[in-house]
Amino acid sequence: MSTRQFGARVQRNEDDRLIRGKGRYVDDIPLEGALHGVFARSNVAHAKITRLDVSRAAALPGVLKVYTHEDLGSLDMKMPLLIPHPCITHGRTQYPLARDEVFYVGQAIAFVVAVDRYVAEDAALLIDVEYETLPVEIDLRRAAEPGAPLVHADVPGNIAANLVQESGDVASAFAKADHITSITVHCERSTAAPMECLATAARWDEVSGELTVWDGTQAPIGLRGALASLFDLDEHAVRVIAPDVGGGFGPKIHFPYANEVLVPLAAREFGRPVKWIEDRSENFVHMTHERLQIHDIELAATRDGIVLGLRDRFLHDTGAFIPYGIAVAQVASCQIAGPYRIPNILVEFSCVYTPTVPVTPYRGCGRPQANFAIERAMDQLADELGLDRFEIRRRNFIQPEEFPYTRPNLIFADGLPVTHDSGEYEQALRALMDALDVDAFKADQQAALEQGRYLGLGLSFYVEGTGLGPYEGGHVRVHPITGKVFVNTGLTTQGQGHATVFAQIVSDQLGVAVEDVIVVEGDTGVYDWGVGTFASRAAVVSGSAVHKAAVLARKQLIDAAANMLEANPDDIELSDGRAFVAGSGVDGVTLAEIATASNPLRYAFNKAAERATQFAPAARSDGPPLAEGAHPGIEATDYYAPPHATWAYGVHGAIVEVDPMTYGIKIHRYVCVHDCGNMINPMIVEGQIAGGVAQGMGGAFYEKLEYDEDGALRNASFMDFLIPYATEIPHVEMIHQETPSPLNPLGIKGVGEAGTIPVAQVIASAIEDALRPLEIAPIRKVPLSPSLLHSYVTEAGLRK
Amino acid sequence: MKPSAFRYALPSTLRDAIDIRARFEDSVILAGGQSLIPTMNFRLANPEVVIDLRKLDELNYVRVADGVVRIGAMARQRVVEQNDEVAAANPLIRETLLNVAHPVIRNRGTVGGSLAHADPSAELPTLLTTMRGAITVCGPSGRRTIAAEDFFEFIFTTAMEPDELLVEAAIPALEPGEGWAFAEFARRHGDYSVAGVAVTLKLGADRRIDRVRLGACGIATTPALLTECERFLTGKSPSPELFAEAGTLARDAVTVSDDSATSKVYRQHVLAGLVARNLTTAMTRTDGA
Amino acid sequence: MTETTEFEPNALVRINVEVNGRAVSEEVSTRLLLSDFLRHQLRLTGTHVGCEHGVCGACTVHIDGTPARSCLTLAVQVDGCSIRTVEGLANADGSLHPVQQAFKECHALQCGFCTPGFMMAVAGLLDERDDLRTAEDDSIREDIAGNVCRCTGYMNIVSAVRRAAELTNEKG
Ligand SMILES: Cc1cc2nc3c(=O)[nH]c(=O)nc-3n(C[C@H](O)[C@H](O)[C@H](O)COP(=O)(O)OP(=O)(O)OC[C@H]3O[C@@H](n4cnc5c(N)ncnc54)[C@H](O)[C@@H]3O)c2cc1C
Ligand code: FES
Ligand code: FES
Repeated sequence: MSTRQFGARVQRNEDDRLIRGKGRYVDDIPLEGALHGVFARSNVAHAKITRLDVSRAAALPGVLKVYTHEDLGSLDMKMPLLIPHPCITHGRTQYPLARDEVFYVGQAIAFVVAVDRYVAEDAALLIDVEYETLPVEIDLRRAAEPGAPLVHADVPGNIAANLVQESGDVASAFAKADHITSITVHCERSTAAPMECLATAARWDEVSGELTVWDGTQAPIGLRGALASLFDLDEHAVRVIAPDVGGGFGPKIHFPYANEVLVPLAAREFGRPVKWIEDRSENFVHMTHERLQIHDIELAATRDGIVLGLRDRFLHDTGAFIPYGIAVAQVASCQIAGPYRIPNILVEFSCVYTPTVPVTPYRGCGRPQANFAIERAMDQLADELGLDRFEIRRRNFIQPEEFPYTRPNLIFADGLPVTHDSGEYEQALRALMDALDVDAFKADQQAALEQGRYLGLGLSFYVEGTGLGPYEGGHVRVHPITGKVFVNTGLTTQGQGHATVFAQIVSDQLGVAVEDVIVVEGDTGVYDWGVGTFASRAAVVSGSAVHKAAVLARKQLIDAAANMLEANPDDIELSDGRAFVAGSGVDGVTLAEIATASNPLRYAFNKAAERATQFAPAARSDGPPLAEGAHPGIEATDYYAPPHATWAYGVHGAIVEVDPMTYGIKIHRYVCVHDCGNMINPMIVEGQIAGGVAQGMGGAFYEKLEYDEDGALRNASFMDFLIPYATEIPHVEMIHQETPSPLNPLGIKGVGEAGTIPVAQVIASAIEDALRPLEIAPIRKVPLSPSLLHSYVTEAGLRK
Repeated sequence: MKPSAFRYALPSTLRDAIDIRARFEDSVILAGGQSLIPTMNFRLANPEVVIDLRKLDELNYVRVADGVVRIGAMARQRVVEQNDEVAAANPLIRETLLNVAHPVIRNRGTVGGSLAHADPSAELPTLLTTMRGAITVCGPSGRRTIAAEDFFEFIFTTAMEPDELLVEAAIPALEPGEGWAFAEFARRHGDYSVAGVAVTLKLGADRRIDRVRLGACGIATTPALLTECERFLTGKSPSPELFAEAGTLARDAVTVSDDSATSKVYRQHVLAGLVARNLTTAMTRTDGA
Repeated sequence: MTETTEFEPNALVRINVEVNGRAVSEEVSTRLLLSDFLRHQLRLTGTHVGCEHGVCGACTVHIDGTPARSCLTLAVQVDGCSIRTVEGLANADGSLHPVQQAFKECHALQCGFCTPGFMMAVAGLLDERDDLRTAEDDSIREDIAGNVCRCTGYMNIVSAVRRAAELTNEKG
């Protein structure tokens, strides 16, 4: 029996190509004679367009056309609101190209098509636009106040949606409490900044009439549907391919972006391939943002620190439009109680329009903000009750025997009440305490302080509802020529290693080498049932579907092999790419031979086919070559729809030192204890976590999109929007805990976003701990710049 | 993000370069391109003419003689950094260069380019200023040498005439026994700093401070000489308290106001700390320390 | 000594370059960036573009043996130079360069977009430093700062640098 691949640190199938420079990202697709598009974008936040004249641009040699909304015909329509919800009372989405009004800096106004990118950029600068500017309010809190300038004249109070959810009876919980603590926390607006910006290329095939679109999307099947609908085509006449994608992190799940409409349109009009490759500066003002939320959270507790009730009201900045509905706010609201039992919860949010880039999920999707709110509040509660930060958490954890633990009426993004499926929360906390040696640290901290050094310890628990439905599919087929196994899903991959982890799952069932399992995703021409890659759902939902399909294929292989070898199916073993009778010492048949023999129409064009004829037939049938209900070859498809989300969790802790000279932070240790159920490939899990932590560090220290009061984005470049380099990221120590999820056949939970969620709180609590002797005010805001820390310390000094 | 079209000139002699520069109103010099090309890609600069100096071997040299390090404008920053003769003559040069951007940028970036660019946050202009170095420029009417202190006039503005080219930077060697230090604080490694400080320190036979040079980047509209601190320190006996006091005194040199990420008082605080810390480092590197 | 030359805006200039050991003679527009020249004119799309303002390092290639940003270099500037890109890292027989081998072994790439630039920077580093096998994390991190990776959190890239040094050493 070959060794089990599930759980092994298997090197990745996808790497060889990528390290040789043979990756195929959208801009690498060779498209002979391609034209290049460039958007002209608004440089004012909110204005009426009083004049738009593209004639100078259109006249530039090399320019084929400059599109404005007037050239769009039936496409000059509002883009869909992808995820409706009854609480969205004033849903607004944008047109592909602005009509007579712009709503944020960066909104597309015109689309230039030219022979190359250089000329297209020249032309875009020749477009004459005049504006009559309108007043704006960028500040989220003020934008939600009465009298604020309106983003949409017909949306009163700038409120797109408002949702109140209550689980339990919050009023009585607060009435009963010995102690109430309340805080306001603030997370700033940020951007995912994948290394590859957005990109679209399109070609209409004159012969087949088919539209092919290569797009750096996380949701090709959804985009295919949208394009078919916009261009009024049958779905099968549109093929969307997400080739290699250079990082996604959320914003690439949104569609259709203007480019996804304009590029195919221009390709049709000119009968030539057209491509548009977003550059970094426009990525900042075009690709969707996230993170800005302000939470006012209150906890009602007993003297012993048992939290009886939680009330959270938060404002969610949705930007100028709400194309993705309330997803981010809803996800935030559902994790607001974290890992804690808290039986009574009232959470209310308003999605507020501001004249800025629209907001859709970015890795974490509201969870980092909710986590920051609840964990900051727990720290404060501990402080006020004189309890230890670890102890107060321990006292409130949902206990292992309480799973599944449901929060009635708190409805998650899958339309079902929040139900934590499994976990060992206290054990994780204990593992962190041991790893950090909390008692020894306290002594170190004291000793350091005596030398004028400020050490601090921070921690954050987190939970993450992962693996959301509705469903995904998996397709498995054994190739008759090579015996390799092809696997398809409806997902895309932006680096998560699907080509390896799905191969591991299949390898275990079919007894083939991981390298011989070829996973093809992100191409609607190959497989087109499914949803997409987001919300830490790929491994859980597609992994399970692939597993189920592989189980079916396994049965087909065994039955066919048993027929061919004239043996009992129970005695057939699959290993090393062959099927044989266990213990017989005989070679048996290869997968290629079985696949060949399973197809009644065959020519002996290779050895496998020749050999296949030497065995008994693969199917026992006296009737027609394919029995009723049978299908040729070894091939299976199955689907998986989770009953509800699986809840991964973990706890991160850090020991940091604040340099009182620069307020720079040195992270001496960063420890992450996490549980994502059974791990398919720990190497890949660790990679996901390390990457997530790095993005979390970005959010904790650096990444803030700075809009000025007129609505211009001041730091729209990598020079000014600081993304951490290797020097800014600590080594992350990881401790794995594996509590299988009872919900799916493999017992897995998602891990894609876990690393990012708790980091801001870890850092805030560590710095607060370090600077406690200076009596700084509690930290309520991220990111935390050294300059900001300095101001906290100065203010504390003045107060004294 | 692609540059707009320009006339491209590739002079083979300095003379020709100057001629071309004189002929056009709106020309830029392409040295290492590490500051120029980003601004052209952003289309913040749309020059009529780009004059590429890469053929001018006559500007690509590093010489140490007579107590002076002479660096041709086209010498790559990395080459200077790795030159042991330079490091022996004036170790502050290497220490400063290590704080300029990242190695891959320094592979292309030139010393002349950084000086001509005159970013007050940049390290090399501060090095030159602190060291009381000199910058030689050359135009249609010949060469002239300008004291570094007079060369940098404002953000991105120098005493060069539009038809002149920067040809050489001269930096005095350190004297035997003279201590040195350059350190800065940036939010992210390799970035332009919140503040950076260059120091040299020489003790007299009486162990008092005989000569001290102190300069800073990132705090004003030009590289800043901390002359008041220098005066304050000269003749005194070095001590931690003295260095801390010098740091406090340096605060007034900060003239840039708050920006969105960095408040003025914070910059002052960092500057004060760096001054004290770098003086201490320099002190430990003086002979007999 | 060659002559001083001047070209009109958008003029095409012939450049002679050695790319991955192969002589190339091409006409390029004066404003064409080296990154675009490699990617679109020579179809060496392994070199990626992540920012076009010098910060991310995705576009790093070697010019005359030293790593440089191809987005901050005009194609005309490399006339007469030799260029090495990620496509030229592996040996002629297809066997991997130590950096490539190490990146794979250490899972130092996820989406792979930053990877070619990162590997070119690390390959340059290996030529320069012979103490990397035993170097502290911090010193390796300083040497690779200048390249952004948004996926990996750098940890495995640090390990890969060390592993590449080891492999280089084994090869002698
Ligand atoms: C990501 C990144 C980070 C950086 N970080 C730093 C940093 O921390 N500190 C720092 O100091 N620099 C930094 N730089 C800038 C870098 O050091 C540049 O190399 C330097 O500023 C300019 O040198 P250059 O040779 O590239 O000049 P170029 O970019 O070619 O030219 C710069 C300017 O100087 C003019 N010029 C150049 N040479 C001459 C000459 N001989 N005579 C007259 N005018 C001339 C040009 O016309 C142009 O206006 C960074 C750059 C990047 C891309
Ligand atoms: S693309 Fe060249 S440094 Fe980012
Ligand atoms: S692997 Fe994706 S950016 Fe580095």
